[in-house]
Amino acid sequence: MKKLNKLTKNSFLSYGVVIAFYIVMQILIGGGMVSNSLKGQLIPICAYVIMAVSLNLTVGILGDLSLGHAGFMSVGAFAGVIVSTTMRFNGIESDIVRMIVAVIVGALVAAVFGILIGIPVLRLKGDYLAIVTLAFGEIIKDILNCLYIGIDEGGLHFKGSAEKLVLGEGGKVIVNGPMGATGVNKISTFTAGIVLVLITLFVVYNLTNSRTGRAIMSIRDNRIAAESVGINITKYKLMAFVTSAALAGCAGVLFGLNYSTVVASKFNFNTSILVLVFVVLGGMGNMFGSVIAAAMLTVLPEMLREVGDYRMLAYALVLILVMIITNNDTLKTYGDLIKEKFRFGKSERKGAEAK
Amino acid sequence: MSKMVPVPHDSIVPERDVNKLPILEARHLGIEFGGLKAVDDFNLTIGRTEIAGLIGPNGAGKTTVFNLLTKVYQPTSGTILLDGKDTHALNTVQVNKAGIARTFQNIRLFGNLSVEDNVKIGLHNQIKYGMANGVLRLPKYWKKEKEMHEKAIELLSIFDMQDMAGNQAGSLPYGAQRRLEIVRALATNPKLLLLDEPAAGMNPSETAELMNNIRKIRDTFKIAVLLIEHDMNLVMGVCEGICVLNFGKIIAKGTPDEIQNNPDVIEAYLGKK
Repeated sequence: MKKLNKLTKNSFLSYGVVIAFYIVMQILIGGGMVSNSLKGQLIPICAYVIMAVSLNLTVGILGDLSLGHAGFMSVGAFAGVIVSTTMRFNGIESDIVRMIVAVIVGALVAAVFGILIGIPVLRLKGDYLAIVTLAFGEIIKDILNCLYIGIDEGGLHFKGSAEKLVLGEGGKVIVNGPMGATGVNKISTFTAGIVLVLITLFVVYNLTNSRTGRAIMSIRDNRIAAESVGINITKYKLMAFVTSAALAGCAGVLFGLNYSTVVASKFNFNTSILVLVFVVLGGMGNMFGSVIAAAMLTVLPEMLREVGDYRMLAYALVLILVMIITNNDTLKTYGDLIKEKFRFGKSERKGAEAK
Repeated sequence: MSKMVPVPHDSIVPERDVNKLPILEARHLGIEFGGLKAVDDFNLTIGRTEIAGLIGPNGAGKTTVFNLLTKVYQPTSGTILLDGKDTHALNTVQVNKAGIARTFQNIRLFGNLSVEDNVKIGLHNQIKYGMANGVLRLPKYWKKEKEMHEKAIELLSIFDMQDMAGNQAGSLPYGAQRRLEIVRALATNPKLLLLDEPAAGMNPSETAELMNNIRKIRDTFKIAVLLIEHDMNLVMGVCEGICVLNFGKIIAKGTPDEIQNNPDVIEAYLGKK
């Protein structure tokens, strides 16, 4: 029989690895040992880690396949850009204050979208739910593609076409339709990214380990039984879905404020699938796995630049190999044997000390 | 509580419960699936602390009755009074909150979670704290979690399962899974416990133990139990009143002795001579 007390250990492992990664990176950057391309990857890594962990809440903990997670990311990104630009326009220059407000607003806006999408979508099951979330991701992308937003003395203006967006003296166009948000002030920092990753892990781990989390997991394991013990299915599904959306919104803000140009088409179906690959590779419901998989697979394409045209081929090969290795029973047995030996050694030592 | 109620003349409620409001009263309950009457004109009264049995050949509609009582199916006719209140407008979740808990014929545990978590999910509506308390780990979280843990262990100890609390529910042996389902149902603090074939897959000694435990549960929690079972030793040994169902209709009601000698029941099970 399997004993289950890994969760707390797993959470501390995740926090530890993230903090260690931060410290090592800071030291390496201080020593000038980090290439520019890797430095540029640090914030996207954080954003994708948040995306993977938050999607794992929907896919691994709630047990519903969502293919539109990038939609929430784009909502967060654009909300973040608008908030940050508006605040700057109104004379608030402090990067930290703007970042914090942008993250909060981004998360809230994504959460609102999560509720709006979640209420109809979560009545569906399985494949149907996946298809509707996919459609949602595409719809959000297309809406953002034809949105023109500007700011002037009279406040924010939302318009459906470029001609209608007439701004007063000193006005500034924030989002310019398919061209996206241009001239974004880059205020995302690696530190902010790591803090957000830690917050995300904290929220997801603590949620999983609470009354709410157990209710969510009970729906995943057996919907009928969950209802029979008085769990309100819709309520807890929505809770998980909205939390997941809000966290994706945070990732979007972090990601959006890292580039000078943000285009809606960046958050397309491929991005949703990419994040899903992180989740599957890291293991359903395994947050630590998601962190590692997201970080590795974000860096991997850059590292594979050396093989030139065969880059995506190599990427696919790596994916397949990792899948085979992590799911190999023989290797798992060996792994368990080694673990067992390790544990046995420990208990022996303890016994010796007792004597 | 001690309100006098006209108990139907064919009721089999034990004497100590006769003058009390019955915990469950089903009147002319029925459901049709596209013209097929799966359950028809089902009448049953269960006393507050009665252990009742629902038996019948395969396909008689026993589990359908459970699904009607717990509102998995909405009855197409008839009424259900739970503790004197009509459950017409309630759904499965609300029925559970109102006081009916059940187990399933094909075990439905939360297989990936630990034994203790399964019971804690049963305690969901008994010991409460909000999402914010859980995520931020405020003092209320620790207090309520401790309370939940103690209550879960206490409930598990009914079946002597407290040592298995950390095990994965799905990896338990079959008998233990059945017992865990009962514990989970009890955790929801029911007034009426519905057990769907609790002895299925158990050996004779386990069944004997289960019989004692069903009585123990009734006496400790002061609740009524309605059970579906094919194991006649268990049914005749533990039930005070038995209701026999065949082709969706009640063919007999009575004490174990009466049922054992009822010609209709014998015919339903064994066929005509």
